[in-house]
Amino acid sequence: MNLKNQKKDIDKITGIETTGLEWDGLKELNNPLPKWWATIFFISCIWALIYWVIYPSWPIIFGEGERGGTIGVIEWTQYNKLEEDIKKIKEIKKEYMEEFRESSYEEIFENEKIYAFSVAGGESSFKNYCATCHGIGGGGKMSYPNLNDDDWIWGGSLEEIEKTIKYGIRADHEESSSSEMPSFRDAFTEEQIEELARYILIINDNESDTIPIAELFRESCGMCHSDDGSGNKEVGGPNIVDNIWLHSSGDMNGITNQIKQPKHGIMPAWIERLDEDTIRQLTVYVYSLGGGE
Amino acid sequence: MSQVSEISLFAKRKKIYQKRVWGKYRKIKWLILMCTLGIYYLCPWIRWDRGINAPDQAILIDMLNRRAYFFFIDIWPQEVYFLVGILIFCALLLFLFTSLLGRVWCGYCCPQTVWTDLFIWVERIFQGDRNTRMRRDKFPYNFSTIWRKSFTHIVWLLISLITGGAWVFYFNDAPTLFDQIINFDVPRTVLGWVLALTFSTYFMAGFAREQVCTYVCPYSRFQSAMFDKDTLIVNYDTKRGEPRGKHKQGDSWIGRGHCIDCSACVQVCHMGIDIRNGLQMECIACSLCIDACNNVMNKLNLPKGLIHYSTHNQIGSSIKGNNTINIWRPRTFYYITILSIIAIIILYGFITRPLLELHVLHDRNPLFVTMSDGTIRNGYDIKILNKTYEDKKYTLVVSGIENTEIEIKGPGNIEADDLSVFANSVAHFRVFAFAKRTELSRRKITFFIQEHNASFFDVSESIFISDRNK
Repeated sequence: MNLKNQKKDIDKITGIETTGLEWDGLKELNNPLPKWWATIFFISCIWALIYWVIYPSWPIIFGEGERGGTIGVIEWTQYNKLEEDIKKIKEIKKEYMEEFRESSYEEIFENEKIYAFSVAGGESSFKNYCATCHGIGGGGKMSYPNLNDDDWIWGGSLEEIEKTIKYGIRADHEESSSSEMPSFRDAFTEEQIEELARYILIINDNESDTIPIAELFRESCGMCHSDDGSGNKEVGGPNIVDNIWLHSSGDMNGITNQIKQPKHGIMPAWIERLDEDTIRQLTVYVYSLGGGE
Repeated sequence: MSQVSEISLFAKRKKIYQKRVWGKYRKIKWLILMCTLGIYYLCPWIRWDRGINAPDQAILIDMLNRRAYFFFIDIWPQEVYFLVGILIFCALLLFLFTSLLGRVWCGYCCPQTVWTDLFIWVERIFQGDRNTRMRRDKFPYNFSTIWRKSFTHIVWLLISLITGGAWVFYFNDAPTLFDQIINFDVPRTVLGWVLALTFSTYFMAGFAREQVCTYVCPYSRFQSAMFDKDTLIVNYDTKRGEPRGKHKQGDSWIGRGHCIDCSACVQVCHMGIDIRNGLQMECIACSLCIDACNNVMNKLNLPKGLIHYSTHNQIGSSIKGNNTINIWRPRTFYYITILSIIAIIILYGFITRPLLELHVLHDRNPLFVTMSDGTIRNGYDIKILNKTYEDKKYTLVVSGIENTEIEIKGPGNIEADDLSVFANSVAHFRVFAFAKRTELSRRKITFFIQEHNASFFDVSESIFISDRNK
């Protein structure tokens, strides 16, 4: 398209100059772009070229580039930026962490700032490591204990929670807490088992202080669950009179099954997988859920 | 007639050389320029005492602490509807003014107009008036032109720098920031904003000028929708002016128009148009052509107002001598009605704006917890918003369910009747509510908060969830 040296042709109807090009009698009007607009457009094009050189921009299919693309001359990438940002956050975290390390549990519960820091850190770790079994809010589910209530099989003080997280329950660790309920399938008759289960249901629902103690219950269960059924944390004997159930919904069938063929949960020991700080943060967080006992 | 010439695909901007003019409207324009610039530069320095717990700057948008202060008003982020309401009010006010008075905003108050006016004034001081400036733009430049042009740009840049500098004071405590600027210890964000605004002012008022109004500004495009035949516009009186032509002293005015084709109106125009061609989209109604023409008419001993403000209807009915402007049109009526409604809503909002708010969020996971003694516990996150400028203490009570007990969970031993919240801030508490199980799985619970030794209170409803009694 040679636009130079053509006669200036003015369209009669609109009074606007044409480009001089004609197709079957149709002519193109020349409504020129404002020059400032065109200038900005060309500057943008040039800027794009500069951008290609400076920043990572073009994907490379077969190449050595950073994660499959060209590397800009200033070597800025989003990955580097992310690393920098994480570094910055870690720097800020360090201050808190130092204060956290130096504080005992008692001191943490008096320091609003460090308490919030521990709970936030613990919550994040809880969602990573614990939520799979205990649920996001620590609400538990069938066979996995609820950490919000005040029923703690192995104790709900800060020290006891920390110990449980560290060494686990029935875990592959020498310091792990462990208990095993024997099967009473062979020791008792069907009738006896049913009687026991009914008795357990009664003492759960009976709110008066005069709970009649069945001889059988005291003899065979009282050792671990204590005579009144309120449990024994020393040996990990659960409280079975508080209507909070772990392996069933607390109906007749569930209780008889547990007597005949007891289920046992396993909580892994975390001491080798998590560092001391994370475990302590988790302890504070779990304690904050319901406040232990 | 045809000529051989190069056809260009790009339109070149014709530089406009505005001639100096003096008159009634020019005076008003200078006055408004001084007022608007004064408001812009001085407002951040106005102090407003709010006590020790809040900044004492009258107008401040505190991004870091998420607060906007405007004299006796302060706006929290969740109250941004006030800001929206004020903006809608301002927009409608602009619409009303436009439908009545035409482009008064464009011609007198718009920052683009004000700063361009200022820049043209600087340009004229250094480089002289229209004709001199036109001469100076021809190559080659002599020494005088070079230093005059350089100084123009230096002063432009200085004005731009002060413009950008004043802007950041609205977002920071002015005296503190001023100290930082003097000591060359300016935060990087602030510096970035100053530079960006310096550049944009320099570019917009120094170079882009009328192109902003013609090509960029959306308001100048859609405001024709607010025009009607009773809107005030700058008008050239065709009946009186035409046929135009050169006039020698002593010649008769009979049989010819009053326009002597001196082009004074064209030379003073900031937009580079000829008002005698009628109302054009470029015209920002700055009325400098009125001043220019009136001065000429004075010299010719002719009545003023060959170019004048009038409405379309006035032009049509001028024969009958009807000069009144019809203010009460459906359009103005609508605008005023909507404006009043919005003003009432905003005022009502401000008057009833609570200084204490309680927000309650029920736990989602777990929904409820059964305790060993059979009671049900529900967890809540409560937030107390203390919008006063003093530290306050509150008592939290729940009602709606019989024998409910509450416990505040957190570091230290916080009691429900002694919740302290700092001035101008939000405090967060974990609250546990305990209640007996009933036949209902979902019950209403009401949280009530009362300030110690004062009548301020707020109520928030939530739910209490449990399993049913077996």
